[in-house]
Amino acid sequence: MIKLFSLKQQKKDEEGTARAGGSQKKASAAQLRITKDLNELNLPKTCSTEFPDPDDLLNFKLIICPDEGFYRGGRFVFSFKVGPNYPHEPPKVKCETAVYHPNIDLEGNVCLNILREDWKPVLTVNSIVYGLQYLFLEPNPEDPLNKEAADVLQSNRRLFEQHVQRAMRGGYVGSLYFERCLK
Amino acid sequence: MATGESQTPDYQQRKWQNLRKLLERSGPFCHPDFEPSAEILDFIMNSCKVLIVGAGGLGCELLKDLALMGFKKIHIVDMDTIELSNLNRQFLFRKNDIGLSKAKCAVEFVNKRIPGCEATAHHCAIQDLDEGFYKQFHIVVCGLDSIVARRWLNGMLMSLLQYNDDRSLDQSTVIPLVDGGTEGFKGNARVILPGMSACIECTLDLYPPQKTFPLCTIANTPRLPEHCIEYVKVIQWAKENPWGTTTGLDGDDPQHVAWVYEKAQERALKYGIANVTYRLTQGVLKNIIPAVASTNAAIAAFCATEVFKLATSCCVNMNNYMVLNMADGVYTYTFSAEKSPDCVACSNNTQVMEIQAEATLQMIYDKLCEDQLYMMKSPGITTVINGRNKTLYMSSIKSIEERTRDNLKKKITDLGLYNGADILVADVTTPNTITIKLKFIENIDVEMSR
Ligand SMILES: [Zn+2]
Repeated sequence: MIKLFSLKQQKKDEEGTARAGGSQKKASAAQLRITKDLNELNLPKTCSTEFPDPDDLLNFKLIICPDEGFYRGGRFVFSFKVGPNYPHEPPKVKCETAVYHPNIDLEGNVCLNILREDWKPVLTVNSIVYGLQYLFLEPNPEDPLNKEAADVLQSNRRLFEQHVQRAMRGGYVGSLYFERCLK
Repeated sequence: MATGESQTPDYQQRKWQNLRKLLERSGPFCHPDFEPSAEILDFIMNSCKVLIVGAGGLGCELLKDLALMGFKKIHIVDMDTIELSNLNRQFLFRKNDIGLSKAKCAVEFVNKRIPGCEATAHHCAIQDLDEGFYKQFHIVVCGLDSIVARRWLNGMLMSLLQYNDDRSLDQSTVIPLVDGGTEGFKGNARVILPGMSACIECTLDLYPPQKTFPLCTIANTPRLPEHCIEYVKVIQWAKENPWGTTTGLDGDDPQHVAWVYEKAQERALKYGIANVTYRLTQGVLKNIIPAVASTNAAIAAFCATEVFKLATSCCVNMNNYMVLNMADGVYTYTFSAEKSPDCVACSNNTQVMEIQAEATLQMIYDKLCEDQLYMMKSPGITTVINGRNKTLYMSSIKSIEERTRDNLKKKITDLGLYNGADILVADVTTPNTITIKLKFIENIDVEMSR
């Protein structure tokens, strides 16, 4: 170990005598990390992103247009909010499109393990994108958030498919109204 | 200085004789460069400036410990005000202080109780204080319960580092950070030499992730009282917005807590779950782990001792991360946390790029892709101007590319960049976003036309 400083001689500058030449505020660790994540975002062809403010990389939207499965032809928008504690904490992700889906409720909450209990700092925005895309290909009735939809999927896949179609075209499934979200 | 010449200087007073034994004699555990001297105590008392971050459970202990050790020029920062529930362990506060600033009350108490102590309070968020403020301290010691705040402070101390032209660290810019943390009967203390040893960001994995439950469990198959409270917090609040859509759930607002408590009880009743209490509701909402006074006292003592060692060199510092577990007997263990070579906060990855002041962003982009030094594939370039992030160009994201494409043609000075400005560059070829400092060089054409 080296001796850090000879404090005996050292008197500190008084407050306010900041470094000459104007110092630049550094970007936060969260900002540096999200920049890296986004620059390397490798979107599947069914997905695209939208940045309302290109200078704000912490808030953006992901649009998924599945080309196969129950949700083929639909267009689903997710909002991403990346907080100051990223990547220690996952981004907050909400589905902004009303969807009849066992793992997404009508408030837009999404049940995806890596968005909560299984999040790890090594995961990236890309991991979440693939996770969300997978939810549309393989809705999982085992972990229901919309329990009715999950029950229908488990008991009658054809009926489930009809419900999904009806919801995407815009209309009622049971007592619930869904906005049209076909491309 | 002192008014009466005949008076003995305060560091020669009898009460310091035990400290003087440490500081005026050598010993086997001393730092190799330690030179025993009476001036060291004078330095602690009259020159050494220490910042305590947080005036809560750990902060009260730290302030008391350091002040009794002889440190006088202590500053303490905390944005919180005193609550009834603090009084059992935050012993510098009394019932009459409820509602007042923690930092101010703590300082008032200590300055009155310990003669000669000149502590200064800052009742604000750490983010409200700037570089010039943090630069004045010799040592920062931190007793926070928030990872975000720790990371911010860590980033601030890293940003004060300066490097010599040969990229070696200018050690006079290093402000050591002593960090303490407690959780129930467990705690840790660590010494961080910014730029030299492992920092908060290097070891972010050591912080346990916040305990969360799968969303589908809390929505459909709740089994624990926590599940019911989480349900109200995550789902029901947003559904019902009891205080309107603009009011988010605030765990410090007793009305909000009461609302959540009531709804969680209803839900628990529905699923036959017992033990939803007001206290648990508060705990889940604020992610509180009960604070134990003795853990705080022990961890603060470790931290204060490390501050003393740093300030005096009378003893080698711990290397560098100590854990304490008092849940089952008393156990401590110290290990050396390793500095991550490509840590986003503390690795000096700043490079310098020479460029003409008249250059366009395209020229920087081309340089990043073609120059032997970089050879990047598709660099994303951002910067920070007046504290705001600005995306200069990012080709990999279509919607951003479209809106930043025009920047390529612009002069870099028109984009707000200047001689000495940092640009942040992300690319697949580097493990992290790197910082590149622009160094303007004379344009040869201009030179010749003169
Ligand atoms: Zn680091």
